[in-house]
Amino acid sequence: MTTHSNTVSSAGSIKARGVDWAATIKDAGLAAFVALLLTVPLVGLRTVDRPTGLGIEARPEEVVASILLVFLGRLGLGLIRQGMAMPVLILALICAGVGLVLPMPTQVLRLVLVLGGGVIALRAAMTVATGRSKLSQADRDRRMDRIAAKVQHASKYIGPVAVAFAVVLPFTPLADRMILDIGILLLTYIMLGWGLNIVVGLAGLLDLGYVAFYAVGAYSYALLAHYFGLSFWVCLPLAGLLAACSGVLLGFPVLRLRGDYFAIVTLGFGEIIRIILVNWYQFTGGPNGISGIPRPSFFGIADFSRTPAEGMAAFHELFGLEFSPLHRIVFLYYLILALALVVNLFTLRVRKLPLGRAWEALREDDIACASLGINRTNMKLAAFAIAAMFGGFAGSFFATRQGFISPESFTFIESAIILAIVVLGGMGSQIGVVVATLLVIGLPEAFRELADYRMLAFGAGMVVIMLWRPRGLLAHRDPTILLHGGKPPAATGAAK
Amino acid sequence: MSAVMPHTTMNDKPLLSVEHLTMRFGGLVANNDVSFEARAGEITALIGPNGAGKTTLFNCVTGFYTPTVGRLTLRHPAGKEFLLERMPGYRIAQLAGVARTFQNIRLFSGMSVLENLIVAQHNKLMRASGFAIGGLLGLPGFRKAEHEAVELAKYWLDRVRLTEFADWEAGNLPYGAQRRLEIARAMCTEPVLLCLDEPAAGLNPRESGELAEILTFIRDVQTPQGHRTGVLLIEHDMSVVMRISDHVVVLDYGRKISDGDPEHVKNDPAVIRAYLGEDEDEALPPEVAADLNLAPTTNQKGA
Repeated sequence: MTTHSNTVSSAGSIKARGVDWAATIKDAGLAAFVALLLTVPLVGLRTVDRPTGLGIEARPEEVVASILLVFLGRLGLGLIRQGMAMPVLILALICAGVGLVLPMPTQVLRLVLVLGGGVIALRAAMTVATGRSKLSQADRDRRMDRIAAKVQHASKYIGPVAVAFAVVLPFTPLADRMILDIGILLLTYIMLGWGLNIVVGLAGLLDLGYVAFYAVGAYSYALLAHYFGLSFWVCLPLAGLLAACSGVLLGFPVLRLRGDYFAIVTLGFGEIIRIILVNWYQFTGGPNGISGIPRPSFFGIADFSRTPAEGMAAFHELFGLEFSPLHRIVFLYYLILALALVVNLFTLRVRKLPLGRAWEALREDDIACASLGINRTNMKLAAFAIAAMFGGFAGSFFATRQGFISPESFTFIESAIILAIVVLGGMGSQIGVVVATLLVIGLPEAFRELADYRMLAFGAGMVVIMLWRPRGLLAHRDPTILLHGGKPPAATGAAK
Repeated sequence: MSAVMPHTTMNDKPLLSVEHLTMRFGGLVANNDVSFEARAGEITALIGPNGAGKTTLFNCVTGFYTPTVGRLTLRHPAGKEFLLERMPGYRIAQLAGVARTFQNIRLFSGMSVLENLIVAQHNKLMRASGFAIGGLLGLPGFRKAEHEAVELAKYWLDRVRLTEFADWEAGNLPYGAQRRLEIARAMCTEPVLLCLDEPAAGLNPRESGELAEILTFIRDVQTPQGHRTGVLLIEHDMSVVMRISDHVVVLDYGRKISDGDPEHVKNDPAVIRAYLGEDEDEALPPEVAADLNLAPTTNQKGA
């Protein structure tokens, strides 16, 4: 292996000379020391509720374990750099295997072992394969870009396959209540991500208060149903309309601002909506929220309950099925799938229209836009209103699915998560939103058993992704129109 | 001058009249009572030392600033008149047909070259797509309009010799090509007046030669609407200015100090003084001399 890697040459190639144990261990020791400083307060101490008040409990064994792991990990990395990639690879794989199979005192230890072992194994495997221990930032970016471009081109096929999978999912034996619920949750966030992508990804307006429109949609439906007894199918377009109006309302005063200032005002707007919802309790129910929001009917024809209300057929009787509470869940699943696909279809189409191109142009340079006679205010308002409308649809879906809403569901953290999905996926990338949703929403769901550490891992993951790929996972833009057809001259052209 | 450029006589009224334009920023007077005219089918160059107020004047004409005092009249060949100082910025490009480029290039660098040119035809396409509604539904009107837009884009790509780069990301183009693309983009808005802010800045002699060719082409060619485009040009590269412009306006300290054809301007003592600074305190315009009188003397005392 070493001889092979030597032929690869260049600055990054592995030095064939012996391992400098002293330096490596010193380096690993230093890393362990940093870990010690960090883990003593963060991991080693834990507050516990005692009858006498809040107490502190020390957890030395976890500190020792984490320091040891950091030491070993750093040692592994150091050795990889010095041409010991193969043994490290094997050791790391064993480590990950042990973590996976053997019983561990805590789940965290297991996770750290598996993930840490996995990452180091990956690093080692890459070194073995390429003969280079480290990629430069630019190199890595180029590689990721190529992957992103491939995914973008493959999305022609991935898209339909994913949609087909999503469509047949409820009929597979896989589909139980939990899977469908997670599916609905994921699709809701995908829809919100796609909606926000219009504002952030296409028009380049950093909106930190997107959840406000989600709230307006949800409360529109809940209140219209509560006070006027309107059905879901009447309220859905109304909720979208009201959310769009609120988008325009916010947009008018705000759109003359730029960049950071704009972001701050949208942040304020999100909070205003939430605070109104909390304080106007005579109308909105205040912090208690609104409960008993009617469930959607089957397009106003049939009801999903066992004993439907007057003048309404029961779904299972209408279709001659055995009654099952799953029917409603499946219907909700399809509903959000359809809504999300509408947003996606809209974005894909609008990108090829002057409206979408003007949005992207605004993102690139809004002064140049003005010099070309583009009415910036109207374009931004349109982006805002349309994204708000989709947020409103998603909100009213959320209300009907939950049956209960309260201002708690529309806090800033929701906006932040949706924004994180868009940024993480790669601004403007539709498939990136899906991938990022799976990561941001899906993984924490899957690791629910990790309890407290879930969010810590989530935060760490975000940091890592942003370090590795600041422009987002799948940030790659294909032109919306080609003159010469065929392949866009990407990397090959730039060499010229 | 009219003997050299016979076509100047064909318009009796100038395309753009700038009358008594004054632009103040607080106490700073960037333009002080500047009046001049620019004609269709002519290249009007605006020159002057750094800080003479050329770009400010440009920004007034193109609607980025609203002048403090003065009138800017644009006359379309069809006879319509626009008072530019009363129109909001984007309307000037949209309705009055004034296109511009920027001193530091402002392309949509993440978008492809062709897309840049299509975005320039936004208003036309927006109407054709029924403000996106018809386009979303896939009505045929939009497809036809888009095809025409691509044709116009191709025409200008061909003119600025960027056809083979049409699908490149605009930001990846070499500097000179970006300058040309910006001009092509401005021309895709089908303007009656094209304003270029230092288009030759940073170009090598060969590239600025090509630029001169493009500009004379824009000046001389009849647009499909049957009129000629007027070009207003800020430039520091005197070889370009003297070669291609039909009419030169010289600014210094926000005032117009000379106006005429290149030959006249070249030999105008006021211009020579402004550029070379000779006989400074003797022959300055009286107001300027009064303004400056104190400063040099105090300097000399200090030195």
